[in-house]
Amino acid sequence: MEKVFVQQDFFPVVLQLGVALAFVVAVMIVTHTIGGKRRRIRTIRKEDNFECGIEIQGNARFPFSVKYFLIAILFVLFDVEVIFFYPWAINFKSFTADRFTMFAEMMLFIGIFLVGFYYILKKGALDWNTPPKSPEKGN
Amino acid sequence: MTTYTKVAPPEGFSSPGLFATAFDKVIGLARSNSIWPLPFATSCCGIEFMATVASHYDLGRFGAERLSYSPRQADLLMVMGTIAKKMAPIVEQVYEQMAEPRWVIAVGACAASGGIFDTYSVLQGIDRIVPVDVYVPGCPPRPEQILDGFMKIQELVKNESLRKRYSPEYKAMLERFGMTTIKGS
Repeated sequence: MEKVFVQQDFFPVVLQLGVALAFVVAVMIVTHTIGGKRRRIRTIRKEDNFECGIEIQGNARFPFSVKYFLIAILFVLFDVEVIFFYPWAINFKSFTADRFTMFAEMMLFIGIFLVGFYYILKKGALDWNTPPKSPEKGN
Repeated sequence: MTTYTKVAPPEGFSSPGLFATAFDKVIGLARSNSIWPLPFATSCCGIEFMATVASHYDLGRFGAERLSYSPRQADLLMVMGTIAKKMAPIVEQVYEQMAEPRWVIAVGACAASGGIFDTYSVLQGIDRIVPVDVYVPGCPPRPEQILDGFMKIQELVKNESLRKRYSPEYKAMLERFGMTTIKGS
């Protein structure tokens, strides 16, 4: 049997939306009216972001070398790779059926990463002191 | 079975199923039994304070179980120990960043008056930079004395008017300590 919906059937949904909106507006009005005129006492240092007692020096948004970021990201990448070795190594003895395939699969996994590592090395991401090659000359 | 004493209710009119009292008193009662102290310990008085919060003396009995290490959530700044002049702006800022209502207790001779360190480098009492409510003497004071000072603070908290921190006198007092309130607050 096919169900037929008429517009009136959706009235409760509209009512629900209306009640939700009215509640929010009403609460906002009530809190602003009964809250009174008194405000919190504000001073300049009270509004500071940090609360360790030391005055803020400069701005946190300043440029720094992208190399730090690059090294950190590459570290995370290869670190996660190592995590995958652990369950593989622990369970290796239980792979009685096809140990060679399991070993080959892990070598393939490492191989893919080594290709990436070679790419990074060639790209010069780990050369801390040499400036990056400029794109105009073409690497 | 453990015996415990309940906090006595404030003065008011009571009849079965009804208790009427002043709002100030109820708030004061609640506040005074749930003070969150911010320990600012710089030397030996801080060691005494550690004994005060530990199980034997147990500051938590007074509703101060939760020490706040952020001034934003603290009610009571407990300055314990020598405050060098280099440390003074830090005490000042920590006090300033506490939300009202706030109280200060100076524990030990150094915090109260500079103590034995009557030298160029030591602040001669923290009341030069922040308003102090209770002074605890001693070098260092015993935990019992710190508890006594804390109970004095509780007395102050219990009897404070809700309007006090909004009064022009309070703002003038902050002004005297170099804390200028932003206009419109």
